[in-house]
Amino acid sequence: MAARAEPLPRLSGGSPGASIAQGLATAYLSLIVILPLAAIVWNASSDGRSNLWNAVSEPQAVAALKLTLGVSAAVCAINAVMGTAIAWILVRDRFPGQRAVNAIIDLPFALPTIVAGLTLLALYGPQGPVGVNVAFTRTAVLLALLFVTLPFVIRTVQPVLLELDRDMEEAAASLGAHPLAIFRRIVFPNLLPAILSGVALAFARAIGEFGAVVLISGNLPFKTEVASVYIFGRIESGDPSSAAAVSVLLLAVSFGVLLVIGAVRRWTTRHDDS
Amino acid sequence: MAPVCLVFWRAFEHGVGPAWDAVTTPSARHAFQVTLLIAAVAVPANTVFGVICALAIVRRRFPGKGIVNALVDLPLALSPVVVGLAFLLLYGRQGWFGTWLDKHDIEIVFALPGMILVTIFVSLPFVVREVVPVLREIGTEQEQAAATLGASPFQTLRRVTFPAIRWAVGYGVVLTTARALGEFGAVSVVSGHIVGKTETMTLHVEERVQSFDYVGAYAASVVLALLAIATLLAMSMFKPKEGV
Repeated sequence: MAARAEPLPRLSGGSPGASIAQGLATAYLSLIVILPLAAIVWNASSDGRSNLWNAVSEPQAVAALKLTLGVSAAVCAINAVMGTAIAWILVRDRFPGQRAVNAIIDLPFALPTIVAGLTLLALYGPQGPVGVNVAFTRTAVLLALLFVTLPFVIRTVQPVLLELDRDMEEAAASLGAHPLAIFRRIVFPNLLPAILSGVALAFARAIGEFGAVVLISGNLPFKTEVASVYIFGRIESGDPSSAAAVSVLLLAVSFGVLLVIGAVRRWTTRHDDS
Repeated sequence: MAPVCLVFWRAFEHGVGPAWDAVTTPSARHAFQVTLLIAAVAVPANTVFGVICALAIVRRRFPGKGIVNALVDLPLALSPVVVGLAFLLLYGRQGWFGTWLDKHDIEIVFALPGMILVTIFVSLPFVVREVVPVLREIGTEQEQAAATLGASPFQTLRRVTFPAIRWAVGYGVVLTTARALGEFGAVSVVSGHIVGKTETMTLHVEERVQSFDYVGAYAASVVLALLAIATLLAMSMFKPKEGV
């Protein structure tokens, strides 16, 4: 969401270097991204649509998918509120150690997910120092997902908040608007696209998370088993086609999320142009 | 930060000696080497491709550009387990290329090449995503000027374009490296968990936990956490200079 440049005049025809770049990029993408994804979709649909449906509607798969979507939705709701609040504090307030806090926000991103999982197990597990043992419960799944998705909303809202003109808020305040009204009528509409794309990214991350969840959730079928762990289990027990079926579902959700982010991006650019 | 401190504390709870012994066991050392090797292949590959792909996305108009754009982002949104499964279905024994690979005695899945491929997949978007906005912002005027003055496309790239995007590339490389070193889910699916052969640092942590060797797990985690902190430092070094 940085400053957008004017639409560029493009080189008509383009240099030969650019066409080589285009060719190379397409080839690399096809080999690394398209081919494997094609394999999944093909494998899931090769046994016919009824088999795909059977694999997805398996009770254990349904339970895993329900849990994943439910917890991810909760994570998104919490992140939307807390992420915006943290971004607000980081941009508008001054306090000692602010730079350090700002750097630590990225830690869940930089920390390998398995280490994140182990850390949470150490903290909230049976021998944790805080005395709450949530290991192998749904709360644990929620905590793990909250940890890994923490940076997304903050990092999308922060730059927008930095650029936001304070004149409008001051004008509203001088006209006697209540701080709450200022937030609701002026700040929030400006932040909404950033919050939405942050939430979408967090959602995509949450439904696919594996490393952070696998240690602390206990992976009890029908209780704490999330979709990616279920897929992993199917692969391990030599049943790749039902693994592929559930994977296709996750793939479709991921693609949908990317489309939403793209739509939000276009929507904000339209606002800029007017 | 508290959770990370806890890991450090747990690792050194019984003194530095046992922790040091735990990270210098042959299997831990080997896991560390495997991780570094994978990153050493994946990061340069994605850096070169990332710059090329960013150039193609920003400077060219071609049919299907929107799709290319979405495909570059997909690894960010996709579950790592699904990525692993995709490569398994391609190169595994029953996969598309399985019989051919079997005949020629080439191992991809449950061996290093497969682990490198999935790592390339999951760390693919970072350089592209950092370089694209910078390329948009600098525009083409300088490049056109260079071309008018008789510079070859290659010279233009090296002398004009690259200096402008080098900070963005650097930032992207840091993110790519962090992701490559820390990948777990995708690597876990295709590695086959062969201790001392296809075990990375992250898989080693899990394997230690499963065998109730918490000192070993925490000690290996400390190594990974230190790498993460180094990444954060590198990120804050590159960040203010972004877009110069």
